[in-house]
Amino acid sequence: MTAIQETLAPVAIDHADHHHEHPSWLAHHFDDAEQQYDSGKLGMWLFLVTEVLFFSGMFCAYALYRNRNPEVFEFCSSFLNEKLGAINTGVLLFSSLTMAWAVRAAQLRQHQLLVGMLGATLGCAAIFLGVKAVEYSHKMEIGLLPGKLYVAQLDGVHGPHKGYLEFICTIPAICTALCAAYAIYAFATKSLFHQRVAGPMLVAGLCFFGGVGLGQYLEAQEEASKGHGGHGGHQEHHAMVEGHVEHGSHEHAAASESAHTAENKTASEMAANASIAMGGSPDVYIAPNELRTPNADVNQRSMAGLFFSIYYCMTGVHAIHIIGGMIVITWLIVKAARQEFHEQYFGPVDNVGLYWHLVDFIWIYLFPLLYLIT
Amino acid sequence: MSVLDRPIATPGYSEADSYPSHHFLNHSKGFLSWALTLDHKRIGLMYLVGVMASFALGGTFALMIRIHLWNFKDGWLSNQTYNQVFTLHGAIMVFLFIIPSIPAALGNFLLPVMLGTKDVAFPRLNLGSFYLWVTGLILFLTALSVTGLDTGWTFYTPYSIETQQGGAVLAATFGVFVLGFSSIFTGLNFIVTINTMRPPGMSWFRMPLFLWALYATSIIQVLATPVLGITVLLLSAERLLGIGIFDPKLNGDPVTFQHFFWFYSHPAVYIMILPAMGIISELMSVHCHKGIFGYRMIAYSSIAIALFGFLVWGHHMFTSGMADVTTIVFSALTFTVSIPSAIKVFNWLGTMYQGTVSLNTPMLYALAFIFLFTIGGLTGLPLGALSTDMHFHDTYFVVAHFHYVMMGGTLVAFLGGVFHWWPKMTGRMFNDKLGIASAIIVFVGFNLTFLPQFVLGSRGMPRRYATYLPEFQPLHQLSTIGSITLGSGLLLALIVLLMSLVNGKKAPRNPWGGATLEWMCSSPPPHDNFSSAPTVGDPYDFSTIEYDARVGGYVKRT
Repeated sequence: MTAIQETLAPVAIDHADHHHEHPSWLAHHFDDAEQQYDSGKLGMWLFLVTEVLFFSGMFCAYALYRNRNPEVFEFCSSFLNEKLGAINTGVLLFSSLTMAWAVRAAQLRQHQLLVGMLGATLGCAAIFLGVKAVEYSHKMEIGLLPGKLYVAQLDGVHGPHKGYLEFICTIPAICTALCAAYAIYAFATKSLFHQRVAGPMLVAGLCFFGGVGLGQYLEAQEEASKGHGGHGGHQEHHAMVEGHVEHGSHEHAAASESAHTAENKTASEMAANASIAMGGSPDVYIAPNELRTPNADVNQRSMAGLFFSIYYCMTGVHAIHIIGGMIVITWLIVKAARQEFHEQYFGPVDNVGLYWHLVDFIWIYLFPLLYLIT
Repeated sequence: MSVLDRPIATPGYSEADSYPSHHFLNHSKGFLSWALTLDHKRIGLMYLVGVMASFALGGTFALMIRIHLWNFKDGWLSNQTYNQVFTLHGAIMVFLFIIPSIPAALGNFLLPVMLGTKDVAFPRLNLGSFYLWVTGLILFLTALSVTGLDTGWTFYTPYSIETQQGGAVLAATFGVFVLGFSSIFTGLNFIVTINTMRPPGMSWFRMPLFLWALYATSIIQVLATPVLGITVLLLSAERLLGIGIFDPKLNGDPVTFQHFFWFYSHPAVYIMILPAMGIISELMSVHCHKGIFGYRMIAYSSIAIALFGFLVWGHHMFTSGMADVTTIVFSALTFTVSIPSAIKVFNWLGTMYQGTVSLNTPMLYALAFIFLFTIGGLTGLPLGALSTDMHFHDTYFVVAHFHYVMMGGTLVAFLGGVFHWWPKMTGRMFNDKLGIASAIIVFVGFNLTFLPQFVLGSRGMPRRYATYLPEFQPLHQLSTIGSITLGSGLLLALIVLLMSLVNGKKAPRNPWGGATLEWMCSSPPPHDNFSSAPTVGDPYDFSTIEYDARVGGYVKRT
């Protein structure tokens, strides 16, 4: 606090302005820069308190149901890819570093560095979401869905490819395309301001797909290593999936469709199994290498389904907060490109930084609670 | 106390000062100057119109319920419609009227003026809160018109998951989510404003007690409402996707929903009553022309109520299935809340003692509040005690209890506050005689409506039933007559207020003789509230406030 007051105090107010008491960056109802800064900061801390309480409802639900069915949590947690979770944790931690650096850059009028740091934060957020998109789509493909939608068939056989990843990626693809168009416009008009805004946005859009690529590569590796342990018969299939991934082919959907024609029978079996499970009978095949818990009953809607409900709710609401953070960081990039921030006015960067650290912080709790149980 | 001795910023009251030609109402013109305004006073007035309209809607539903219950069977509504009507009555009154009524409408208008600042800390967020409120209203109206919500305002699972009115449940829960954020942002704005924007001289203990009450309310809004937000979000996910967290068929737990819901909704009771208590503190002191008795105790008791309020939610669930020890702890904690409430009532009575009481409209509403709130508070004790609650749970006794607190308390205080600050907000005096008549009719009608319900409840009449046993009919009919009386009293109050806009005489700066800062600026206040930082004195020092016949109001002797 004292450091901030030192920064704020010695600088004289811009006397060139006509309303010398109120420069453009100082809202009319505040007396001075310090009051404005303190108000913004207190407001943000209070908002963070509400955010913590907002998540606390779900943490309570987690504690209640884990206490009641610890074996379900252990069993289900093994389907979460720890490698991807760890990478995302690292990405978010690094983004907190760049965010904190951005605050310093704003205080020191390092406008270029500020845009760069905010861009780096935005890019990390995009990588996080890209990896998350792979995790979600992979789980959805094998039926690890929340609550009554849970239809997992845990024998390592994939049902028909449902294209969840392509579906999730549609909106980011459109956004990236728009960013690319904006970047072309910026470079065509040679507007420095637009270039500074469009550059980081385009990079962030590409980072998302970088995250998707990374996620798919690691997810396929994970599957391959699991496949070696157990069913030789499915190994070929895994290799095939891995092949798709490594080529990054966009004909993925079509190719796997043909690959699965031979397995249509399996798919129909799966549907039958699902309908049995609807009736309450836990008649679902569990691969021995997946079976780490003595209680085989966990693989049913009322047990595993509840874990995945909590998983999707917690990580989903967290992901929405990441998206919200990306929107405000983009707003900051626009302001930073206009060179609006200086040692007396950096509150917005500081406050968005606080928010970003909280989002990071919540993930630091989510990662061990969901991924690292076993 | 050199600050006290200094003359106030704009001394010398002249005719021109009292009736300003330029004020916030005519500062700018046109629809957009209101729709996009960042002025807290205009936002407060828009809220005032909005909450009054919601109250009229909720009140219409209430009258429909009472008229339906005139006969013990074959009422004019079908059972299904009856369920929808009492659900919408509750949901609209709680979420659209009571919670925003005092903080968002009166609080928005008064907080910066009473504090001596130009605006709240985040004016844009303030306007955003208002539009979130409007969005919530639209969602509720959707729920109303599309199918009709019939779950009760509490949205208890499993009923809210299984009811056929899925679309209505989704619209209403999303409405509650949005209204929750409106409430959070208002509270956040108030806390920041009070913490960082007090002018020089305005120390914590020179703040008017209404601001202490708003501060305590805001703490609850910020801490409790997010939990409701996530609860209704999970409930929507339950309906949309069947995530099973509250569904026993999927190994979920419906009692968890009740815990989550009441963790918000019990503190929300204090969101509703605390600002009302703040208004009463102001009204008592100003209209008795005597300093408030026990200022610090009232201020601290507001904070104490806000904090205790978080620890007692389990008393709504004594019959829902909790461990015995838990119920005993919740019951014991419930009794602790009565202590700060009683401190306040004691202090208000102490304020009246040897005061010069002006029996005008706001004061009569304040007196009605003390009677009704005391009855409401005392009947809460048998509901907080385990053995008696087993008998009273889900009966008309509960209905009567919370109507005495919520309506007899909050609504009556809200009306008192509206009458008290009406000259300040609009610059017009209302007809005091008709105002007094409205206060008396409301008081009589209210007791006639809800006293019989205590009797009904203790004899076993369950709440939310569309039909009842024939022996309850006389008491039900008494209650219905009372509700119509109450409705006409409220209608009269509205007419008095609206008439004042047409033919009321212009209001002086300080018509009642208040010593807080809002009476130091003109009626209505100018756009910026204060041209220069006002001088802050003791808000309850009436020794320098004198009546001046020339301006028809009170002035501060300099």
